[in-house]
Amino acid sequence: MLGPLTRPWWAARVGPSAAFLVATLRVVSIVALTFVGLLLVTFLIGRVVPVDPVLAAVGDRAPAEVYERVRVELGLHLPLHEQFRIYLTKVLHGDFGRSVLTANPVLADIRRVFPATLELATLGTLVGVFLGIPAGVVAATRQGRWIDHVVRVIGLLGYSVPVFWLGLMGLLLFYAHLGWAAGPGRLDVAFEDLVTPVTGVILLDSALQGEWSVFRNAFAHIVLPAAVLGSFSLAYISRMTRSFMLEQLGQEYVTTARVKGLSEQAVIWRHAMGNVLVPLITVVALSYANLLEGSVLTETVFAWPGLGMYITNSLLSADMNAVLGGTVVVGTVFIGLNLLSDLLYRAADPRAR
Amino acid sequence: MSPGGDSMRKVRSWLLDEAPRSRLQARLGRTYRGWLTFRRNPMAVLGLAIVSSLIVIALIAPYLSPHSPFEQDLARRLEPPSAGHWLGTDELGRDIASRILHGARTTLGMVLLVAILVAPVGLLVGTAAGFLGGWVDGALMRTTDIFLAFPRLILALAFVAALGPGIENAVIAIAFTAWPPYARIARAETLTIRNSEFIAAVRLQGASTARIIWGHVVPLCTSSLIVRVTLDMAGIILTAAGLGFLGLGAQPPLPEWGAMISSGRKFLLDQWWVATMPGVAIFVVSLGFNLFGDGLRDVLDPKHG
Repeated sequence: MLGPLTRPWWAARVGPSAAFLVATLRVVSIVALTFVGLLLVTFLIGRVVPVDPVLAAVGDRAPAEVYERVRVELGLHLPLHEQFRIYLTKVLHGDFGRSVLTANPVLADIRRVFPATLELATLGTLVGVFLGIPAGVVAATRQGRWIDHVVRVIGLLGYSVPVFWLGLMGLLLFYAHLGWAAGPGRLDVAFEDLVTPVTGVILLDSALQGEWSVFRNAFAHIVLPAAVLGSFSLAYISRMTRSFMLEQLGQEYVTTARVKGLSEQAVIWRHAMGNVLVPLITVVALSYANLLEGSVLTETVFAWPGLGMYITNSLLSADMNAVLGGTVVVGTVFIGLNLLSDLLYRAADPRAR
Repeated sequence: MSPGGDSMRKVRSWLLDEAPRSRLQARLGRTYRGWLTFRRNPMAVLGLAIVSSLIVIALIAPYLSPHSPFEQDLARRLEPPSAGHWLGTDELGRDIASRILHGARTTLGMVLLVAILVAPVGLLVGTAAGFLGGWVDGALMRTTDIFLAFPRLILALAFVAALGPGIENAVIAIAFTAWPPYARIARAETLTIRNSEFIAAVRLQGASTARIIWGHVVPLCTSSLIVRVTLDMAGIILTAAGLGFLGLGAQPPLPEWGAMISSGRKFLLDQWWVATMPGVAIFVVSLGFNLFGDGLRDVLDPKHG
């Protein structure tokens, strides 16, 4: 996202500290530009709605002067760029307007539902990382053998399966038939309101307050949606790990390490793995961002009361303030994760500094 | 030796001739060599078979379907798979198998429309940016980067919510968020072509910039774009089905796989086949595109294998 990571031509002329300053400014300006671009798109989407917002507010029997007054109140008489400036100011102050559906400010709603999504996406990413990285390494070190094929096929399946369908099939098999996992929702009714929300992440809150029965129930509920959501992450991470590892194993330093008599385990985990982890930072960050977004479908299937379900419910009742607010929040997290992965990459790879 | 086998061998040696005597021969020869490589990968051939079946099914769906996809028979609703209804019936007594076969048309139509909208835009933006360079490149690529940093699915959702649900709007929304990677690829290809000697030769002969881009740069970018389009097809199918599942894509009674899963959800525990069957169709088709795309990449774009 932030362009080439090689040293630019002017770095030698201006000295290291000035070059660092310029690079930082560059990163900041690109992030700011992307953010403004995101807001421009959501602003324009809000403007193409075929419903007349004034008419929606006053009803179609209102006299012309009332209509006109509301139009001015909503700022719709101003030129488009002026309207955008006002929108920008409002969003930067955390004002996304009110949700028609819940009658709360959109930001308050999002604050309430976001921890549930964060919990789900984090667990999904953990599934992807802890299964995907070893799977990719094993596949790369046994290239062409049956285990390699198995990992590749699992990766392909993860790319090809519709998550919402996988979720339904999971519910059918593991909840309805086998009874191994709990059903939709975050908690059973009996366990609700036993834990005072501190972070909003139930697994964390219940563990901190020592409510282990709530923790177990919450865990039984989250396992299935997290596994379903993580299947994409697992496919992506294992595939990328395999290809990064194959690239490293072809390098000369690996041959040198082998010639010096190191065990294959040491060569893989102590020498090659370090270089595999650096590009994996970006992959994990990207897949995390994708899971936050992919939760829209998963949450709908599992009745998971998070941001995804909030956006879907708002969509179905044409509650545009809530939809666009949710879009801006997810977009901001996206941009933030991109930036974070870029900074981590620079910190981990001396060549990128 | 039969005369048929003999002429086959002639055609083969003509195709594999090291010194082709015409443009046609060279082109056909290259395609044939590509096919020989492609054929060695059984998974890719399986993918090709799935994709071709999808196309054939979409074309002749009315002749294959045992029932009409719209005909309701409320007396026989939610029946399990049987000889009369291979995949059972849905909540309105419609034949699920026939609806899935007709759904192939909806899916293929949407995917093709997205590809037709997205590939030329990406190609144009990418080649223009790469070839013209300077501020044009800067402006176009900044825009592309901004779009790449967006959450695609959510943006498509917001877009459809604003425009109103329906197939056309779903296609526009997906296309709106899907073009940036194509621009990136086309630009990268253009940068490697831009400084080659044959472009300099064309320029010396007095060709205009538009002519160079259109006649000489664009054709060389197409093969990597075709690979990318094929690999993207699976993702587009999944997004389209997701929009359908949320009730934002195809509207009832049109048979669409995502919407069919959504309506079967209510009966999941007792009549599992209603939601399961369309999902299998989505899964098989997107797997087919993934396998085919992987194989195609190995042939057309070996450096990214």
